[in-house]
Amino acid sequence: MKTNRLSLIIGGEAGAGITRSGFLFAKACLRGGLNVFGVNDYQSLIRGGHNFYTVRVDSDEVYSQGDTIDVLLALNKETILLHKDELVSGGGIVYDREDVTLTSEELSRDDLKTYSVPLKTIVKQVEGEPIMRNTVALGATVALLNYDPEILNGVIRDTFSPKVAESNIEVAKKGYNYAREHHADDFEYRLEKTSSAEKRKMFLTGNEAVGLGAIRAGCKFYAAYPMTPATGLLHFMAANERNYEIITIQAEGEIAAINMAVGASFAGARAMTATSGGGFCLMSEGLGMAGMTETPVVVMVAQRPGPSTGLPTYSAQGDLRFVIHASQGEFPRVVIAPGDVEECFYKTIEAFNLAEKFQVPAILLTDKYLVESHGTAEPFDESRVKIDRGLLLTRDEYTGEEEYKRHKFTEDGVSPRAMPGMRGAIVRTNADEHNESGYTTEDPELTTKMMDKRFKKLDILAKELERYETVKFYGSREAELTILGWGSTKGPIRESMKLLSSEDLKVNYLQIIYLNPFPAAKVQAILRPARRTVVVENNKTSQLSSLVREHCLITLDHKILKYDGRPFNPGELSRKIKEAL
Amino acid sequence: MVTLEDLRTPKKNTWCPACGNFGILMSFKKALVELGLERDQVILVSGIGCHGKMVNYVNINGFHGIHGRVLPLATGIKLVNPNLIVVGFAGDADCYDEGWGHFSHAIRRNINMTLIVHDNMVLGLTTGQTTATSQKGFKTKSTPFGSIPPMLNPIAHALVSHGTFVARGFSGDVGHLTNLIVDAIKHRGFAFIDVFQPCVTFNYLNTYSWFKERIYKLEEEGHDYTDRTKALEKSLEWGDRIPIGIFYKEEKPTYRNSLPHVEDVPLTKLPIEDIEITDLLESMM
Repeated sequence: MKTNRLSLIIGGEAGAGITRSGFLFAKACLRGGLNVFGVNDYQSLIRGGHNFYTVRVDSDEVYSQGDTIDVLLALNKETILLHKDELVSGGGIVYDREDVTLTSEELSRDDLKTYSVPLKTIVKQVEGEPIMRNTVALGATVALLNYDPEILNGVIRDTFSPKVAESNIEVAKKGYNYAREHHADDFEYRLEKTSSAEKRKMFLTGNEAVGLGAIRAGCKFYAAYPMTPATGLLHFMAANERNYEIITIQAEGEIAAINMAVGASFAGARAMTATSGGGFCLMSEGLGMAGMTETPVVVMVAQRPGPSTGLPTYSAQGDLRFVIHASQGEFPRVVIAPGDVEECFYKTIEAFNLAEKFQVPAILLTDKYLVESHGTAEPFDESRVKIDRGLLLTRDEYTGEEEYKRHKFTEDGVSPRAMPGMRGAIVRTNADEHNESGYTTEDPELTTKMMDKRFKKLDILAKELERYETVKFYGSREAELTILGWGSTKGPIRESMKLLSSEDLKVNYLQIIYLNPFPAAKVQAILRPARRTVVVENNKTSQLSSLVREHCLITLDHKILKYDGRPFNPGELSRKIKEAL
Repeated sequence: MVTLEDLRTPKKNTWCPACGNFGILMSFKKALVELGLERDQVILVSGIGCHGKMVNYVNINGFHGIHGRVLPLATGIKLVNPNLIVVGFAGDADCYDEGWGHFSHAIRRNINMTLIVHDNMVLGLTTGQTTATSQKGFKTKSTPFGSIPPMLNPIAHALVSHGTFVARGFSGDVGHLTNLIVDAIKHRGFAFIDVFQPCVTFNYLNTYSWFKERIYKLEEEGHDYTDRTKALEKSLEWGDRIPIGIFYKEEKPTYRNSLPHVEDVPLTKLPIEDIEITDLLESMM
């Protein structure tokens, strides 16, 4: 028996509710005290095509999907044909023989178990919607795995409206009973509730974690234009605006979105926008305006493969250099790349604090794999959350001795920030080069002084970041190989480390979270003594290597690069790492 | 309450002598005085072009933004702080060319703000090229054989975009324009004024005398500004007689009126230190 360790794929046509069903199963596992990771794979279309959602469950921690699967829930024939070779020997397929004809030649595997369940007929019996076939299959799967059906029912109840929930629970039960009655109890895989079920954990996407961070950080204005994979954040902020005194607005485009956010922030509210690479191209000029006018703004860029429209619903890390350099001219900015859902939450709050404290744009660089996958996390610890608004003047009246100047020269370059509307203060800023009062200037001395003022902020920002967790180190200092990565490769890297350590191979891992300003000293301290180094990235040109070279004068020994739109699988990655050893 | 003297700035004015912008500048300042406002209650948002320098010449809050983006920038400011009186200034190229994609959206949202477009039918600061409101056949350095498409009609566009205050002024008539700006700022909703503003250096065609020969005041001819269809008819008048004044005006809920959870509360003053998110965290478990 293989208990509490399995990978499951549910697959079918787009529009068949695949992601939702995968989520229900995953959450049912989570509530049984198990750790879960869920990742969706879908194409840029609304109906037809092939969608699938992978759930990996383990009593130990899980950081990514695996390389193989144990259970396949196939809502159509294509799902079986596409995924049968990923099944391990002894794995099972749940499908509907009345709906899908499958010959043994087509299956071409005699080491699998097939469990037919009349999904369509059961839905018809209760006069349900065709989409409820998924729930029948989930019920049957819970039976095959000998898991507690009440946990699944609870998740269904918490996910749907009461009426929809009851009809789904009814068909789940029918699926469960059918499997119990018609299939021998011979499946090798088992799920059972563990003692950790009492300790509640969270199961959420990167988009949701960023949204939670934004709300907790006091974001009061969110403007965006829909673009995969950042759209989930727009939905999250829109769904929650009324409970948290937030204005969420769908702008007429990304140019409008960032200009609205900068306006809102200049007026004194914490403001954010999000998009993917294409939308960020349109935001570049607005980003520069935020830099020039020293207006804090938080921008999440959720990457997908490019160039241009690329693979709109897949994942990549090709925009690192782009976000570091986007927009004309030079200005300080913060670029943060969280690597898991927990970091999505805490780093979003840091982004808001740093943006306001240093009056700069802060970019959260994520990708499709991170923001749309579901990860397991300990409940976020709010005692770790601190709100720091820097030199924001929040009184109603300005009482300074001399006239208020928005861009006043100060020792560290940060000027006290009044909100327009404050009695006694005239708050003026300017995308043209300007003097302390915000009036346009073309004076060469003043131009130099103002540029220096803005860049002084970068010095103190870099100093402040020394106290932050700008990099994370995993593994022992003594290792044959040091892996370097950023962003969402974290999950697959940590999984592959598990595999390598089971083979007694010693590797460690340096995750770089802050990419601008670059934490050169911390990176050097790890890399200088490292025996061999390998960088892992989802891009073609290894953009992190070039940053390491630029800031640390270190050339990394090996590169493992993948740019097919898909995340690394742990087995695939550990094999490549072994080649570098 | 502010005086004309209070509104002066130390910046030397760099517009050409007799530039149409002076009439708009004076009208705006006079309107602020007439409305009895304080300098710190009002924010001026401008784009790029000769008009953009307004921010240097009126001593109130200001944001001199980038080309074409006055409306989304002003929208963000107004939405989070409804107590601010927001007045956007744009040029014809700024608003009707580069920023055209924002025009109808800001109007149909009915953001409670004012937009004043300095419409001189030419690009001035880039030394004379055609714009969306240049007349067909208008010769410039970028159109040496004459501008090819017909001119864009901002008044008609504003009307069909559900505009709640649509007007046109003339910078050569400061008294009339001042009244329009006063009405626009008082209007609860999006107030739009297109202002004919002769460019004395680059527009050889649409000069002060060209306008003076043609314009007439809608209010003097008994125009009913509560009738959108009639306003639309008036907006199509061009040639020997060109109307100025209020084409259309109505009271409708503003964008913020449709946000019951924030209504008139400035989001800028909300405490953010301890926002309670336990319920949200629970929903993820």
